[in-house]
Amino acid sequence: MSRAPVPVAVNTFREAIRDRVLYNLIFFALLMIGAAILVGQISIGIDRLVIVNLGLSAISLIGLVMAIFIGVGLVSKEMERRTLYSLLARPIRRWEFLLGKYGGLLLTLVVNTGFMTLGLAAALFYVSGPFVRTDALILVAVYFILLALAVVTALALFFSCFSSPMLSTLFTLGIYLTGCFAGDIREFGDLTQSQGMKLMSRVVYYLVPNFHNFNVIAAAAHGESIPLSLVGENTLYAALYVALLLVAASAVFSSRNLK
Amino acid sequence: MSTPAIEILGLTKDYPVGFWRKRMRRSLDDLSLTVEDGEIFGFLGPNGAGKTTTLKLLTGLIFPTCGTARIRGRSIDDIDMHRQIGYLPEQPYFYDYLTARELLDYYARFSPSSAIERRGRIAHLLERVGLASAADVQLRKYSKGMLQRVGIAQAILDDPQVLLLDEPMSGLDPVGRREVRDIIVELRKQGRTIFFSTHILSDAEMLCDRVAILAGGKLQGVGAPGEIMSLEVHAMDILFELPAGQDVPPALSENVTKIGARCRVEVPESELYAALDQLRRSQARLLSISPIRPTLEDYFLRLVQDEKPRPNQAEVTVR
Amino acid sequence: MSPSRPPRVAAIAVPLLFAAIAALQMRIDSRSSSIAQASQELLVRSPSAIKKMSLGYDSLVADIYWTRAVQYYGARFATKGATFPLLWPLLDITSTLDPKMIVAYRFGAVFLSESGSAGAGRPDLAVELVERGIAANPDEWRLDMDLGFLYYWRLRDYRSSASAFLAGSKKPHAPPWLEIMAARVAQKGGSLETSRMIWSEIYESNKDPKIRERAYQTLRGLKAEEDETEIDQLAEEYQKRFGHLARSLGELRSAGLLLAIPLDPDGYPYLLGADGKAALDPRSSVTIPKEIQTPPTPVRQK
Repeated sequence: MSRAPVPVAVNTFREAIRDRVLYNLIFFALLMIGAAILVGQISIGIDRLVIVNLGLSAISLIGLVMAIFIGVGLVSKEMERRTLYSLLARPIRRWEFLLGKYGGLLLTLVVNTGFMTLGLAAALFYVSGPFVRTDALILVAVYFILLALAVVTALALFFSCFSSPMLSTLFTLGIYLTGCFAGDIREFGDLTQSQGMKLMSRVVYYLVPNFHNFNVIAAAAHGESIPLSLVGENTLYAALYVALLLVAASAVFSSRNLK
Repeated sequence: MSTPAIEILGLTKDYPVGFWRKRMRRSLDDLSLTVEDGEIFGFLGPNGAGKTTTLKLLTGLIFPTCGTARIRGRSIDDIDMHRQIGYLPEQPYFYDYLTARELLDYYARFSPSSAIERRGRIAHLLERVGLASAADVQLRKYSKGMLQRVGIAQAILDDPQVLLLDEPMSGLDPVGRREVRDIIVELRKQGRTIFFSTHILSDAEMLCDRVAILAGGKLQGVGAPGEIMSLEVHAMDILFELPAGQDVPPALSENVTKIGARCRVEVPESELYAALDQLRRSQARLLSISPIRPTLEDYFLRLVQDEKPRPNQAEVTVR
Repeated sequence: MSPSRPPRVAAIAVPLLFAAIAALQMRIDSRSSSIAQASQELLVRSPSAIKKMSLGYDSLVADIYWTRAVQYYGARFATKGATFPLLWPLLDITSTLDPKMIVAYRFGAVFLSESGSAGAGRPDLAVELVERGIAANPDEWRLDMDLGFLYYWRLRDYRSSASAFLAGSKKPHAPPWLEIMAARVAQKGGSLETSRMIWSEIYESNKDPKIRERAYQTLRGLKAEEDETEIDQLAEEYQKRFGHLARSLGELRSAGLLLAIPLDPDGYPYLLGADGKAALDPRSSVTIPKEIQTPPTPVRQK
């Protein structure tokens, strides 16, 4: 494998920075400051809980919005603006280009999420003083959010290879929501009488990325322990799913005519 | 005999048309062509003739319906082929959040080179295409002509053996056009092969060792520019200025159009010298004399019209 | 690069990766004992808050909560020691968001009141839900029937039951038997026959398969109850004639009291216990409803 994806990733990251993507951090900072000030006055005893819940939910939501809205433009925007022509005439394979694009957005998300996590930590420190051991669970929750974002980004990139940003957004959001409720879909299928529905719901359950696996915000807020094996399993799960999507995206994109 | 720079073997490209992609439109039909090493080769044709399609097929941006091509002996499927070529897309557009220097640095990273090498080469290139003073301005502030210059710079960035240029002179002012022509001639001197498309006859005439003419996706002919195109001159166009108080010589006065202090007259080629004598007597200052020829568009139009009744008419000499 | 290579790689890699992902998911699921247990929490309990958050899509959100309620019940139903703490909140939210959703009230009438591992064991909440349903849907006689059933079967309040049936009988399209039912309950209070009639009507008038299944099972239990009462009477007759307890149904048949050994609704012959009372074969799936195993108590006075 060549090093070709590296400059593509760096350039994608640079584009995000120059497009002022990181401005969302201001919003997050204001949210955290506001929450930290208000929470002490409204609720007694659950300050920590509220800050963690709010902070992690905002980190997840902001990341999701970024992953989808930047992700769906990763390839289609370059095709539409024809910036791809002078790039792909160079010695770079199409899958290397995709890998670079993917890596660049992931890097952006990691940096952005890192800053937000610092903000959350600051708010938490302001509200409830020195950190305790269970606060490490917040880092696990953030890690899981990043894993989920890695899958969402790969989904957006995949759709971006063959459909318009608008449709890609719809597809990605649709699969994300389906993936969040995968467990319910399976339960629903199990309760119906029809064998066909049962089978269908099973197929959907195992086919769509199961985002429920990654959601431990509530557990982290309550300081419940998260089994170490889940960390491993979720990491593997995200890696497999991302690999799957990138392979499929490469297959689609490599045979596309760039008109 | 050395390996040809470009060998095109029966390249054909069909595009699906219509919403349901039922019908196919052929935009390039069984093109076969050989470009020798070290040639400047012009690829001529009206808009929609299939020039851009051919160049995109050669650079691997689109894939042929059938046929194949080789560049310096390497198939267009081969990733190493890309190390041999420099490509200027038609109406190039680049990441507008980058400066010209950053863009070239980005592209340079796809071939092995050290940072110092890169920096030196990029500074030299920016100088060469006349962008040294704008090198650190974001491309979103560039004019069309400046973008074209960036496009040329990125095409020759890695000093490739074969240059594939899609309408390299378009969007440029006369000075820019001459600079690009100079670059092309200089590259040939260094032994590079230049394959460029254009719809402007004079560019091809001035530069090309050989040209190919494409119309309606089909090759109409290949040869030296003089062999291919009827270069008969219908008339000469003279632009001149008269000193104050002088009148237009009576022999010419019928055909003269005045543009402020300047006069323009069109005379048949055979009467050129007679007209010039008269102007000399009037102490006129000559500004330019240029031949008036049918434009390439006229030429293509004639080709296409002629083609209709008899598809394979060999009006042009084929080498 | 060649366009054909990545698609070929993908044709092999994609199915393999999907298989690996499914296997991993199974592993993750196997550890969290049951997905049903894991996925159930009600974040917002207040129906009015949910109504505000649903931004005018009340009935759509109601459908979602209704689906959740059914899934919640279905996932726990028939598991040993199952409890249904969220059934009431879910139905409460559903019926607040969409007060016209008759099926939710009827579901609640049966499964909120049912005890043991088949329901929440809260007939009081069931009555509250159905009464709310009647207030919101004054023309729906089926809800009055459900209310009558609740008072009759779960609370043994025959007077309230009779008046509920009577109220229902006066509504548009009410079937004639509702009035008869009112009279019967008022006159005789609890009896096997009345119970059977009510459960038959529940079976007939409901489309929900879960409710119908429940009614069907209860009817089988009632049939067995009726059979056992008859056998007990024959056994007493035997004891009177021969001065000792019959040891088996075979003895009753030899004595000419039975023509053949009777079978329960599941197809197993009834047994005779050591106490001389009829009993079900242990293999039989029929269960006799708890509510009437003791003789009906007298009419509760309000």
